[in-house]
Order: sequence, then C-alpha cells, then structure tokens
Amino acid sequence: MAKLKYYQAFNRALREELARDENVIVMGEDVGESGGIFAQTRGLHAEFGGVRVRDTPIAENGFVSAAVGAAMTGLRPVVEIGFEDFLTCCMDPLVNQAAKLRFMLGGQVTVPLTVYTFGSGGVNAGPQHSQSLGAWFAQVPGLKVVTPSTPRDVLGLFKSAIRDDNPVLCLFAKRLIGASGEVPEEGEDFTLPIGRSEVRRTGNDITIVGVSTMVRAALAAAESLAEENAIEAEVIDVMSLSPLDCDTIIASVMRTGRLCIVHEAHGPCGIGAEIIARVSEQAHDVLKAPPWRITPPFAPSPFAPVLEKAYLPSAARIGDEIRGRLA
Amino acid sequence: MSKLTQQAALGMHRAMCRIRYFEEAAAAKYKEGELPGFIHLSIGQEACAVGVCATLTPEDYITSTHRGHGHCLAKGGDAKRMMAELFAKEAGYSQGRGGSMHIADVAVGMLGANGIVGQSMPLGVGAALTAQVKGSGAVAVAFFGEGASGAGVAHEAMNMASLWRLPLVFFCEANRYAELTPYETHVPLANVADRAPAYDMPGVTIDGGDVVAVFETMEEAVARARAGHGPSLIEAKTYRWHGHYEGDPQKYKPEGETEKEKARDPIMRFEALLRESFGVAAAGLEAAHAEEKSAIEAAVAFAEQAVDPTPDGLTANVYA
Repeated sequence: MAKLKYYQAFNRALREELARDENVIVMGEDVGESGGIFAQTRGLHAEFGGVRVRDTPIAENGFVSAAVGAAMTGLRPVVEIGFEDFLTCCMDPLVNQAAKLRFMLGGQVTVPLTVYTFGSGGVNAGPQHSQSLGAWFAQVPGLKVVTPSTPRDVLGLFKSAIRDDNPVLCLFAKRLIGASGEVPEEGEDFTLPIGRSEVRRTGNDITIVGVSTMVRAALAAAESLAEENAIEAEVIDVMSLSPLDCDTIIASVMRTGRLCIVHEAHGPCGIGAEIIARVSEQAHDVLKAPPWRITPPFAPSPFAPVLEKAYLPSAARIGDEIRGRLA
Repeated sequence: MSKLTQQAALGMHRAMCRIRYFEEAAAAKYKEGELPGFIHLSIGQEACAVGVCATLTPEDYITSTHRGHGHCLAKGGDAKRMMAELFAKEAGYSQGRGGSMHIADVAVGMLGANGIVGQSMPLGVGAALTAQVKGSGAVAVAFFGEGASGAGVAHEAMNMASLWRLPLVFFCEANRYAELTPYETHVPLANVADRAPAYDMPGVTIDGGDVVAVFETMEEAVARARAGHGPSLIEAKTYRWHGHYEGDPQKYKPEGETEKEKARDPIMRFEALLRESFGVAAAGLEAAHAEEKSAIEAAVAFAEQAVDPTPDGLTANVYA
C-alpha cells in the first residue's frame, strides 16, 4: 500500500483515466495550467494538453450542458464544479438533460458524464460555499451520486465514475482535501463499485451510518464510546447516495437493533430520512429503539468559526447523543 | 444563379413538402384527439430546416428545439417512426417515452428536440467539441429561436464556441413569436444576428422563407466551421403559421398577419424558382407533392396500427 492525500488520490485517478482512454476530457474553471484551487488537477494540462484539459468560462449552465452534448456524441467528459453550492447553477443540464436524455431518446444515446465538486463545510466558507446537496440529486432517476470519504475511496470511486456509462456526480469534501490514507500502489488499476456501502468498524450495540466527513466523526465517537462506556458501535460509510446500498445497513441493524445516521446535509427529506424509511419498511421488527438522525440545524451554514463549530455534527455530539440513549 | 444542382434542389423541395404534410397530418390528428400531450409545429418554417440540413452530411450533428419535427425530417429521420412517437407508440423513436418534444434520430446526427428553451445551443457546443477533440471533421448546427436568444445559456454557448473556435453554426429561426409574445418583447435589437460581433463571429440575417438563401448562407458557414475557423451566427427571419402549441387561439397575432404570410409560402416561392430558373415542369412538382403526401399518410397508418408501450418497460433506459 502507498500513502496519499485525498487530493493526490483525486489527481492520480484522473491522470490514470486520461492516460487509459483518449475519449476522457477534463473541463471546468481553473482545471488547466493553474491546476485548481486545491491543486487537484496539477500537472494534467502539461501532460495531456489544452484540448483535453480545458479551462472554461465561469458559466456552469453552459459548460455542463456542453459536456452533456459531448458525452452524447462519444467523449467521456469529467467536469469540475468548484464548490458543491454551484451545482445550483447547472441544475438544468444535470437534471433535465444528462439524467433524462437516454430515457427520453429511447436508449439512442448514453451519457458517460462525470461531474465532480467539493462540498461539505468546516472551513468557514459561509452559506454559499459549505453545502452538502447530494440528496437533491439522489432523487433524480438517471443520475448516480457518490461521496468518497478516504483517499482510497476517492481513487476507486472516481475512476469507476469516469468509466460508468451514466452521469455520475462525485461529491468530494473540501475539509478532507489534505487528509492522508492508504491506497493501492501506483500502477495498480484500482476501482470500487458504485452503489456499495462499507462497514468501517464492527460492533454489536448500535449501527452508526455516516456520510462523507461524518464517517470520521462517527469513527472517533465510536472509539470514545468503546473506551468510556463499553458501547461497541458499528460504523458504516454509505459511499454512494444513489444507488443507495441499504442491504449492508439492514444486515448491521439486524444485529445491533439500533440505528443512528449522521450527515452534514439538512435532515428533512435527506439521506438519513431515506435510510430510516427503508429500514422501517424492511426490518422494523428488529429495531429495539427509534432510529434517529444527527444533522445540522435547519439553517444555512454560518460563517463565524464559533458558530460553524456548533452547527456541524461532531464526534462529541454523536457520542453524547448515543450515550444519552443507550447508557 | 445558385450553386444548387437541379437534383439537389428537387430533393430539397421534396423535403419541404414532407415536412409540410407531416405537420399538417399531426395537426389534424391532434385535433381529432389521437395525439396525447401537446405538440409544436413548424409549418411555414420548412425552408430553414431544409436549407440548413441540405448542407450537412449524416456525420454532422444538429441539436433542435421544442419545434423539432422539421429538423428531424430534414436531417433524414423516418416519418413513420416519428409519427409513431407522436402517437406514443412502442415503434416510435423513443418507444413513446419522449414524444414530440424529444424527437430524435441519433443515427442520422439529429441529437434531439429539447423541452428546455436555449439548451440546444450548449448541447450543440458539446457536439462540436466532440468533433474538434476527435478531429472527425464533423460540424454541428444548433437550432434555436429568438426567444432562446435572451437566455443566459445562449450567451454562454456563443462565448464558449467562439473562444474554442468550434465547428458550429448557431441557426436562429426568428419566427416572430416567442411562445405567445412578439419578437420585440424579447429582443431589443432589430436582428438577433447583430449580436455576433460581440462574440467575434460572423453574423448574418437572411430571409428564412427563401430556401436557396438559407442553403447558400449555410454553405459558407459550414465551410468556415469545417476549415477550423470557428462558429457563425445565422438568423433566418421566418414565420410560424400555427400557434405556439396546437390549440393555441393565437389572439396575440394581428388580424390578417398569418394570411399575409401564407401568401409568401416558402414552398410556393421555391416552386416558382424551380419552374423559372431550374426548368422543372409543374407536373414534376405535383408528383412530388402526391408522393410525399402519400408517404405521410402511410406514416399515419403505421402509427395508428402500432402497439402501445407496456408498463413492464417503465424503467427501461433510465440507466445504461
């Protein structure tokens, strides 16, 4: 195994796919010579040239739609939307075009489009640069949505997204950009299947499901619960919001009988709500207590560091809520 | 005299007749209640679709608007499968999943009509981008209307196409009305094409009822695109004989306006030219009408007899 940072795993995935398939192109603001705000595309312009690694004007609606047109006609565009909040500027090409064209045209086209972006909060970026909007897109048939939380998952899921013949939204987390983790050695063609959850820690007392950044918080909470309260929590990383692998979650709840979901996105109509609905539909009888969600309050993400710290779910809050219900 | 050969001109005449009969048949069947949903017809605009597509090869792409039947037929689409789609039948191009507003035949380069006004333009940018990246030599044409010209994506698309010198032609069918309101309510300039210099591309406004003018102007723009010199903006002033949608009472049109435009029927104008300048006999033109009319009648019969899609296919083609 090698060790890479989150953004380096991203860069490696993209470089490997550009080298592997000449139909892969990269488009977006600052993806070219500048290498991006997070150094995520550094070196790709020099290696693959400006035709395939292309800076775009600041026009998300236009360039995502152009990428859809390119995907319909034989390219595999990988498109950067700098901040997840800016997905609102290209809703039409994502929701009305990319997601529906294959269906609307009776299977005459495939739309192998990858759109990636950096979401989540925790860096004091304020209300328009901190959101987690994945659940919106998980409601759209035709789209896939992944939320990698480790460098290994970034590498494996991003590469799978680029190879997928469907439009895939890769929601990366700004806060994790510099996080390190083990990845398969350079030279190994590593991919992970889209639509599979993974158990990150085993335990028999409660199942904690985390999304993206909240997997780390859940793991930290689980360690303190084990040390301080002898509560063994099982932690599951959903990894894909659509398709959502609930089988792994339900298998865990069958053993633990308790379920808590943690995400940075708002609670109402979110992924946590969906998971609880499916568990209720398929495994209601095994629940020993009501499942619940840990999310930010129903308010925009605040700028002030002291407020944002209170706003985002933390390991301490997860631990406290679980202790309050189980101890 | 135009560069058009007699053979090519006769093919264009037939295509115009085909569109006219297709649209008239759709209007009649819609009125009879045989077609579900809503449809947008392009009667009166045939010279645009035909003049444009006559300059293209099957490898070239077009992106279309919600008023796309004519574009699909002109690009080589099959009237039977198109009509079956309007009738919401399994034999339709989209197996009844898309309908009139998503009519497409990707095999002949028709990438689809689209229900979102303006999106034909950036989608066309994408098709042209593919041609450029792959070096295929293909060009793309993005049809749009004056209503779309006020959308943000219209600007975004023209800006990107010019920046990247893409092999693309933006073809505006200024048909006098954007939905239910006149040109002046949407566009502050006399001509949409007057915006072209702002994108550093050639722009020209032509008579969209003159199929030869459309053809010749397009030939120049397509040659420019194919040579790698970048996009052009062509605005064809045309007129939508029918309403925005079938059943539209069209109260917003001044009295006598449609009749005046009908007197300048693009098909009749082309036929006069064919007789006078191409030496075509009236009998030949009448035969073309009869054959195209009969082909559309056959398409309607095919669509009427085709089977409905079945609910077991509700989730087909959601994912590849």
